[in-house]
Order: sequence, then structure tokens, then C-alpha cells
Amino acid sequence: MATPAPSTTPAASSAVGDFTPEAFAAHLKTQAGAPAWWLERKRRAYARFAELPLPRRTDEAWRFSNIAGVRLDGFVGERAVPKVTQPMQHESPGAEFGGSLFFMANQHGGGVPVGAEAAKRGVIVCTLQEALRRHADLLQAHFMAQPQRLGSEKFAALHEAFLADGAFIYVPRGVELEEPIHVNHLGAPFPGVTFPHTLVIAEENSRVRVAEFFKSPGKPLVPAHFVIGANDLYAGHGAQLSYDGIQDWGRETLSLQLNSTVVRRDARVQSFNLHLGGRQSRHESLSQLQAPGAFSEMLAVTVAQGEQEFDQRTLQVHQAPNTKSDLLYKNALLDKARTIFSGLIIVDPDAQKTDAYQSNRNLMLSDEAEANSLPGLEIQANDVRCTHGATTARIDAEQEFYLKARGIPTALANQLLVFGFFEEVLERLPEEKQREGLRKLIQRKLQK
Amino acid sequence: MSQPPESEILAAPADEAAASVAGIDQSAGNFSYDVKYDFDAGTGLNAKTVDYISAVKKEAPWIREFRQNALKVFESKPLPTHWATRDLENINFDKIRYYLASGQKPKRTWDEVPDDIKRTFERLGIPEQERKFLAGVEAQFDSEAAYSNIKEAVSKQGVIFLNSTEALREHPEIFRKWFGKVIPTGDNKFSALNSAVFSGGSFIYVPPGVKVSHPLQAYFRINAENFGQFERTLIIADEGSEVTYMEGCTAPKFSTSTLHSAVVELVALKGAKIQYITVQNWAANVFNLVTKRGLAHEEAEIKWIDCNIGSRLTMKYPGVVLKGRKARGEVLSIALANDGQHQDTGAKMVHAADETTSNIIAKSISIGQGRSTYRGVVHIPRHLKGCKNNTECDALLINSRSRTDTYPAITVRGDRHAVQHEASVSKVSEEQIFYMQQRGLTEGQAMSLSVNGFINDLARQFPMEYSVELKRLIDLEMEGSVG
Repeated sequence: MATPAPSTTPAASSAVGDFTPEAFAAHLKTQAGAPAWWLERKRRAYARFAELPLPRRTDEAWRFSNIAGVRLDGFVGERAVPKVTQPMQHESPGAEFGGSLFFMANQHGGGVPVGAEAAKRGVIVCTLQEALRRHADLLQAHFMAQPQRLGSEKFAALHEAFLADGAFIYVPRGVELEEPIHVNHLGAPFPGVTFPHTLVIAEENSRVRVAEFFKSPGKPLVPAHFVIGANDLYAGHGAQLSYDGIQDWGRETLSLQLNSTVVRRDARVQSFNLHLGGRQSRHESLSQLQAPGAFSEMLAVTVAQGEQEFDQRTLQVHQAPNTKSDLLYKNALLDKARTIFSGLIIVDPDAQKTDAYQSNRNLMLSDEAEANSLPGLEIQANDVRCTHGATTARIDAEQEFYLKARGIPTALANQLLVFGFFEEVLERLPEEKQREGLRKLIQRKLQK
Repeated sequence: MSQPPESEILAAPADEAAASVAGIDQSAGNFSYDVKYDFDAGTGLNAKTVDYISAVKKEAPWIREFRQNALKVFESKPLPTHWATRDLENINFDKIRYYLASGQKPKRTWDEVPDDIKRTFERLGIPEQERKFLAGVEAQFDSEAAYSNIKEAVSKQGVIFLNSTEALREHPEIFRKWFGKVIPTGDNKFSALNSAVFSGGSFIYVPPGVKVSHPLQAYFRINAENFGQFERTLIIADEGSEVTYMEGCTAPKFSTSTLHSAVVELVALKGAKIQYITVQNWAANVFNLVTKRGLAHEEAEIKWIDCNIGSRLTMKYPGVVLKGRKARGEVLSIALANDGQHQDTGAKMVHAADETTSNIIAKSISIGQGRSTYRGVVHIPRHLKGCKNNTECDALLINSRSRTDTYPAITVRGDRHAVQHEASVSKVSEEQIFYMQQRGLTEGQAMSLSVNGFINDLARQFPMEYSVELKRLIDLEMEGSVG
């Protein structure tokens, strides 16, 4: 396997960077036992990756992004990772869970099996590698089956080509799980590339909650990382799927997380993302409402500090009549942080009676912070209700004065107001335990 | 390139029945005259064309240089199809005539205007009576101003109102300073094109403290097939002055595409107010690619009222650069897109000083297979305080195949600003239509009323004759849009 050293020469930032054909060949060897279709997909993905250009300044999908920060070199390829068998420590919202999986730098590091009762009813919580062996048909039908429409086609192909392992969650028809399933991803303790992957399939009328945690190893090990993650959520007819993504990568991490959500007839998906970590974090979220009665709720909370950049791209596609989507993304910006929210609602010509909403609220807490907001609509049906709104403002002067007048120091007052600001999102989450855990994580970041 | 028609009038309306709808002559604008073009730069564009235009206009060397430089910029810039519609690729730049003029000097009195040109105005429906009320008429017939009349009172106020050629020749000391400064040549491909081949348009200077008592007005028309029109407008309102400028256009209907690419620059010095009103009703084969921007100094106010009804594709985003403290910018925009039309309009607000405020209200209506797009930029850079923007975009979709898009981009740096954007998409309320039909209105009339209600709060801000004209145009567009 090639071991390219970090390099700053222009040639190094070519279309493949560290991910040379040699590196890919070496990766394929690690997948030797996998079925032919899997290897073939990887080969095609690699070809696509190598062919597609890196994002350019004129790409609308990357407008306002720090494109110079998105590099394919300077990260050492896969190295052997010490086997970790202890589940990662985390302040997860809600202590009990119905099963968990743990990955460190692309490698499965153990977890807690799903409860016996659930297993008996056919619930599967396993690694992608195991799913490849035992549930290939399910994997083949759902693995990265949705289009990439938000700008990261090249990186999605890279993810698919180099992906070693990931989480596979399957809930059969009619099964309702009370406890959430947790997936933990820990970055490598040295500079490297990570490809976290989670696939959730909720079959007809099932109910499941999944929480995913992204974290770098603790201090003093805070290495530069490149993360290209993907999580695909599939909610069959009448299914109820809720997803929490808690991103707390180290501050040197470049993170691209690609989400795809498919919502079928009368299904309901709630996804919530908490963005805390990373140097530059891009999150792409595609929600496809494919059949009448489908409902997708997209929620996000971001605390942007220091010189962090958070880049959120969303797409709500209404492909069938009588579908509903509701997006609320809130960003609090401190210091010299930057955020980009670019959202688009597409209503296909036949998707009459669509009800779509999109809202981006930016709370400015510093004179140096920058918020970019691109709330977009593309409507091709006339009998619809579509609205969007974006606001960018500082803390309400009266509220601030009220707190100051009571002797509350500015920093604490700001914190209180930030919590007030986020509460509108958090209160939409179903569990108090979950909300409490999230508040703690937010608070810890604000106190840093 | 087909020749201008031989017959004197080709006015026969295609649909006689339609002509009597609501008592409005629908064929207005659907005509052309045989005009002898004394100067014709031929088709296609190269350095020679530009030299030719400059020579005919007897321009100073710096203007010729400006044009030649702009041509290079135009040629070097790609079409902006990475964000704009690919319909732009259908413009054949080699088939366009870049300069035509009747070779006449602009006329000072009505009597001196040639009869055939007067007939054109009559077909446009500008009544003699109304002309008397117009403060000044700078009617552009093809490239050159064929008629120019400034009401005595206005010139007594010291207002300079000329076409671009005359203004740059007679008052370079006033106009050169701002010419091409608000919209630099390289701003975009089409501003570069205009800078290379501009002719016609209005240059206006309003002296300090002067409040121009009547709106200044100009009509633009495109008359020859395949003929692009590239007027250039520069309005300078000196400290504390106020001026309103109105621009309306109709064009004859032709089968091949026509290009219209104007550049309009406004400069409002300290405390000045400029209001610029446009009612655009080009024929449905016209590419209308216009760059409009104002520069507002301290406590100045620039307001664009922009109404787009005609053309095949309009791309126009009037902007205000708020350069001085407490400057204010406003864009009120109405767009109506019918079958085969794409109204890609919007607004741009660049806040470059403290306590600047801007307001954007855009309403669009898509009928049939029409498509309307709102594109906006609100930019508030670092280290400013107290900036405010309010943006509202509302879209109305009439038929199941109409389309509307909204693409705003808002950048805010710092914590001392307040910015809000809201947009909504809806259809005409069935209950409203039902209510009106119960009271004896036809579905078309009911739709018309409903659509007029949708834009009413904006239309009210237009000068009276424009809001009347707008209402009539909407009535016409709504006919046949239902059922």
C-alpha cells in the first residue's frame, strides 16, 4: 500500500489525491471475501470518483464553502488500528439502548447485541461485513441506492470505494422497538481517513430510533482527520423512524456527512443533527417523499465556535401528492465561525397538495461571525403550500438587558439565551432524557 | 437576416377577436414600420463593429477605448449557465445587429419629429393629451433617441436630460466621473456587451437640492428583426435632489429572437432620492438581459420599481450598493410569466455602511407553462453595525404546469444586524373564485381580479398611469389562462 506523505505540491491536490489506484487496489485486497457484486460496485465507484472533478468555486452546490479546505491529500491511508473492544464512553442521550455497534477508524470494535426478544422477532443490528454475508439481498437493495444531488457525488463515490465496514440496522414489518439503537464512530488516534456508514431499514409499520455518535479520540490525541460519512434511512409504508446524529469530531477534522432519507406511504421520519465538532463540516441531507402521506421532519442545531465552518445543504423532494416536510435548522455563531445553510424544496409536477416548510435561523453572538443563508424553492405544482424563512440577528436586546439587570454575567446570559434559542428545536424531540443529554453536550461546548 | 418589411404597416393583428377584449387593443406593439436605417453596423460583433459605432457617434477616444476594452471582456467571459438557464445558449451573437440609427439628431420639438415615427407612438397608445403632462419624453426609436423634449420647467431647474451620445460629448465633466463606475464593464457578460456597443438611453443630472417636479419618462422599442438594443442610462442625483424616472417598453412581435441588454446606473449623492420605474413588456421572443444598479451615498434613497410582463427570458436583478451611512435601498418587483416565458428577476442589496436599510418585495405570477424565478443577494460584510434587510417573496401559480423558483443568498457578518427573509408559494383561492363566479363574473374575470388583488399592495406604489396600464396588461394575460 502506498504511503503518501503529507504534501503541499499542486500535483498532490489532483482529482484522486491520496486515493491512488494503488491505494484502492490495496483496499480491495482487504475485501477479498466479499461477494462479486460488492467488489464490482466498489470498482465502479472508484472509477466515478477518479473521473469526477473536485468542487470548483463556480459550483452552485459549493457556493460560500471554503473549497480550499477540501483536500484529498495530506491524510495517510488506512493503517492498522489497535483492536478496541470497549464501547466508547459517551454522554449519550438516554442511558439505555436496545443494542449498539462501535467502530474505530473504520473497524468494528464490538458493541452490545440487540435484546433477545427483538432478535427473535427478526431485528438485525450488525456490521456491513456481516450483512454482506448474511443479508446480501437487503444490502443490495438499499446500500447507497439513492442519488447524490447536493454536490458531493465525488465524495460519495470515494466513500463507497473505500468503505470497509459500517452499521446495518433492519427492523422487520410491524416490529416496534422501545429502546434506541446506538452506533458509535470513533476516529483513529492518528491523522487518517474515516468512512462511517450507517444503513437503517425500517420495514412497513415498524418503529425504531437510532442515534449515531461521531467522535475523535480524546486529548491529547486530536489529530487531523478526513471523514466522509454516509447514512441512509429507509422508512417503508407506515414506518416511524427517528434518527439523531451527534457530530463531535476533533477540531482538526474535515467532515463530509451525506444523508439520504426515503419516506414511503404514510411513513414518518424525524431526523435531528447536532453539529459541534470539526474544523470544516459539511452535512448534506436529502429527503425524498415518495408516496402520499409521507412526512419528513428535518431538525438541526449547530454551535459554531472559533474558526469552525459548518456547511449544511438540504433538499426536500416531494415526489408524490399529499406529502409533508418540515425543516428547522438553527445555528448559533460565536467568535469567527462561519455557517452556510443552503436548502431547497423541490415539488415535482404531480405532487399536488404538498405542504413544505423550511426555516433557517441564525443567532449571531460575535461581530466576527458570518452566516450565509440560501433558502430555495423549486415548485412545479400549483396546489401547494410552501413557505420558507431565514433570519439572521443578534440576541434580543431586551432579553439581554433583562438578564444583565439581574446581575447575570454576559457569558452566562448569552448561554441562557442560546438555550432558549435552541429549545424550539429540542422540544420537538420525543424524549426528555434525549433532550437532557443534548443540552449537556451543547452546554459543554459553550463552556469551552 | 431578413429585410425590414416593404409595406408601410404590418399591423394586421393575428386575432381580431382578441383585439376587442376588455376594450383594449391587444395588437398594440404588434407592428413595425419600414424605417430607412442610415447607419447600419451589419450583423455580428467584432472590433470593427465597435470602431464603426464609435466613429458614427463621433466619440472621444476614451469612449472608443472603453468600448474596445469591453468587447475583450465580453469575449472572454463565458455565459453564466452554471447558475442561469441554458436558454441563453440560444442567443446567436453573430446574427444580431449591434447598431442601427436613423441618423437623425434628437429632436427638440414635437413638430420636428417625422410623421412615420409619430405614427409609431400613436400605435403605442400614448395619447396627445398625456404627452402634455409628461415632464420630458426621451423616446428611443431603435438605437437613437428620435424625439426628446424636456419640459421647460425641468430644464429651468437645471436638469440635464440627454441621450448617452450627447451627454458624453457635451458634459463629460459631469458624466465621465460615474460612467461605468456603478456597474463596471466586467460585472457580467452582458454588461460588458452593453459597454462595447451601447447607444441611446438617457443620461440625467439633477443639480443639488432640485426636486424634479414631474417624472421623467422614456419609451424604448425594438423595431427591426434580429436587432439588439443596448441602451445605456446614467442618472446622477446631486445632494439633496429628487427625481423619478419611468421606463416602459413594447416591441413588435417577430419570429426570431431579439436581444435587449441594457445597463442602468444610478448615483444618489448625499440625501438624494431616485425612484426608477420600469414596465417591461417586450415581445415573447426577446431576451431581456439587463444590469441595473444604484449607488446610494449617505442618507440617500434609491428605489427600483420593476415590473416584468413580456419577453422570452428576462434576467434582471436591480441592485443598490448602500455606500453611505443611513442609505436606504428598495426593490419592488412584479413578474408575470406566461407560456414560453421565463421571468428570472430579483434584487441585490449590498450593505457597505452602518445603519443602512434595504427592503425587497417581490411578487410573481406563473400562468400556463410560464416560469418565474426570484434570485436575490443580500450582503452585509464585516465591521458594520445596525444594518437591516427585509425580504418578502410571494409566488402565485395559476395552472398545474406553471413553475416558480426562489433562490436567495443572504450573507451576514457580525451580530449587530437584523435580516429576515420570507417566501411563500400558493395558488389562487378556489373559494374566492367561486364567490366571484356566484356573483356573475366569468372564471377569467374572477382570476384576473384575484391576481390583481395579489399584487395590489405593490401596484398601488406605482404612478397612477402605470398601475392602470399594469392592471390592463394583467387582464390581457389572464384571458385564456383558465379552462
